[in-house]
Amino acid sequence: MNELLKQLTEAVGVSGAENEVRLLLRDLIADHVDEWEVDTMGNLIALKKGTGDSDLRVLVDAHMDEVGLIITEVCSDGSLKFDPIGGFDDRVLLGKVVQVGPKKVMGVIGAKPVHLLNQSERDRVVKIEAMRIDVGAKKAVSSKIKVGDRAAFVTEFEELGQTAVAKAFDNRAGCAALVELLRAEPYPFDLYAAFTVQEEVGLRGAQVAAYHVKPDIALVLECTPAYDLPNKEDVSPNVALGKGPSVYVMDSGTIQDPRLVAHITKTADSHNIPYQIRRPGGGGTNTAVIQRSHGGVPAATIAIPGRYAHTPCMMISLQDYANLVKLGQAALRSLTKEIVQRKN
Amino acid sequence: MNSFKLLQKLTEVPGPSGFEQPTATIIQELWQPHVDRITVDRLNSVIATKEGVGTEPRPRLLIAAHLDELGLMVMQIEEKHGFGYLRLTPLGGVDRRQVAGQMVEVHGRRPLMAVLGGLPTSMQSSERQNKPYDYEDLVADVGLPYEEVQELVSVGDSVTFRQPLRKLYGKRVTGKALDNRASVAAVTICLEQLNGRSHTWDVIAVATSQEETRLLGAYTNAYTYQPDAALAIDVTFAKAPNVSGNKLFELGDGPVLDIGPNVHPGMYQALQDTAAAIEMKVHTGTHTRSSGTDAFGIQVARAGIPTGLIGIPLRNMHTMVEVVDMADVERSGRLMAEFIARLDEQFLDKLAKGMMEK
Repeated sequence: MNELLKQLTEAVGVSGAENEVRLLLRDLIADHVDEWEVDTMGNLIALKKGTGDSDLRVLVDAHMDEVGLIITEVCSDGSLKFDPIGGFDDRVLLGKVVQVGPKKVMGVIGAKPVHLLNQSERDRVVKIEAMRIDVGAKKAVSSKIKVGDRAAFVTEFEELGQTAVAKAFDNRAGCAALVELLRAEPYPFDLYAAFTVQEEVGLRGAQVAAYHVKPDIALVLECTPAYDLPNKEDVSPNVALGKGPSVYVMDSGTIQDPRLVAHITKTADSHNIPYQIRRPGGGGTNTAVIQRSHGGVPAATIAIPGRYAHTPCMMISLQDYANLVKLGQAALRSLTKEIVQRKN
Repeated sequence: MNSFKLLQKLTEVPGPSGFEQPTATIIQELWQPHVDRITVDRLNSVIATKEGVGTEPRPRLLIAAHLDELGLMVMQIEEKHGFGYLRLTPLGGVDRRQVAGQMVEVHGRRPLMAVLGGLPTSMQSSERQNKPYDYEDLVADVGLPYEEVQELVSVGDSVTFRQPLRKLYGKRVTGKALDNRASVAAVTICLEQLNGRSHTWDVIAVATSQEETRLLGAYTNAYTYQPDAALAIDVTFAKAPNVSGNKLFELGDGPVLDIGPNVHPGMYQALQDTAAAIEMKVHTGTHTRSSGTDAFGIQVARAGIPTGLIGIPLRNMHTMVEVVDMADVERSGRLMAEFIARLDEQFLDKLAKGMMEK
């Protein structure tokens, strides 16, 4: 059992309330870094000093927040109204267990029983606005739950052979990989690790972290949705599980630095690490805001493919995870200033 | 055993319609200490007999609680990018609006965990995106290579939902299969309370199979055991925060006794009288045709059996987050025990006489 992935995915950290994950990460890295600090947004930024062979400043980012819900009203009948934090398909919320607030009060998102619906109701999607969290209370539970508390899915980490299931692999898989990079031998350069907040609500944490660190080069570790399921229309997947970490080339917010992309793929080839190029277009990562900080930072993204993103049960390949760590390591160790120098 | 542990044992074990063996085994263990004879029949129903002290031939009361739960069945195995995926068809009236994103257990050659994954919206036509997930948009993803899946899984294997029982506020709990293991728990409590207590009638407690599909266990056991009267116990609809309408009952406010064509009015009245005698708050539910429970099958077995129906209010029926209040489960168990303790040799005559009164 991968204890690191288990601990990190089972911890709760919905955007803007990442405390539990932040503390856990601090404990996981404290013995392996030279300095760490928490900024005003809640980003955990750590410095792992280099061997002194290179004066590069390198930032590696992994966002630590997850999608979830925010309580908007504690109703007199004991139920809770909520809004989504992060993007949801309304259809995955019904019939799920959630944990509410720092006290982790259990609740369920139910609906009118199927027996009592007419045909048109059965074919209608229940919208988030109409849903309630039922914690089983008979009257308002304001002593344990407050407006503004976050709610997250409840899924225990499980390994199914070469794959694993959990909530929040997006992006605790990236966080776990970054922890592993910090636990390795020092790099030639100073490595700044940023476990950033609020990616799911607009890449907010990475923006200030990148400004603060002012790196020469940045690498973002992510978990990207894999659309590789069997479907009536046979379309090629953007990324598929088990085929290695995916390298971004372009998404809706960036053109990834081509020199870094080439460096990553060459490194993978020379180390025999499987990888796949993510189909260009759509999606977005912290790279978009890091890239434009301080007048421009060469940046690239490596992401582990994950099925069923933004649902209670995501799935990743454990081999992809191992290869993400390997590729991250190898790409960092061979990183030089020359790679991103302009060749005039 | 406390009610939470009892419900935990009963709900976490798989037992979808037609594949109830694991649940039947647990029930047999739970009931054994309180009864004189117990057996599991060819169709996975559990039948326990507790003898009364009346003069032979003693009248017999059948108590029926179905033990099967909703599930899914493997319909097809598909390959994609080296992985094996299972296409599913429902086993019973699953609320398909709620299944995407759940964990399930596939009962193949060994148990396999799987995610019930929905196609991401970007892979669906805009028309499908605006409808609840249907089985064509869902796969059971066991996360294993196709070859391995082919070895481990066959078309026709059963699939159950995977959800541990969890505590909510007060005595409320949430989990899967509370429909109808909550009632099986109530029967267990009833048998515990009858243990060491003398009652005139013989009691035949049956955990009936395949209720969710065709009331199979109700028909067959009512035939085989020829009871003189019967009580069915099942869950009924509870009020919930965003669920309103008629014929919904408060959670935790006591059992529901049904009246309507599917129950014998004398049985209903006798249950009411028992509740009054022990000062238990109960509610009255109604139905117009079938009660949608085992009572429908039992009532017309052989030459007809006077049948009563007890309901335990439950939220989110036929989902993986069903909710009951354990107080209702305990009260239903006690109500049945008290009802049984009060059955005398004149009871059937009273029922018959009642039919001739205005």
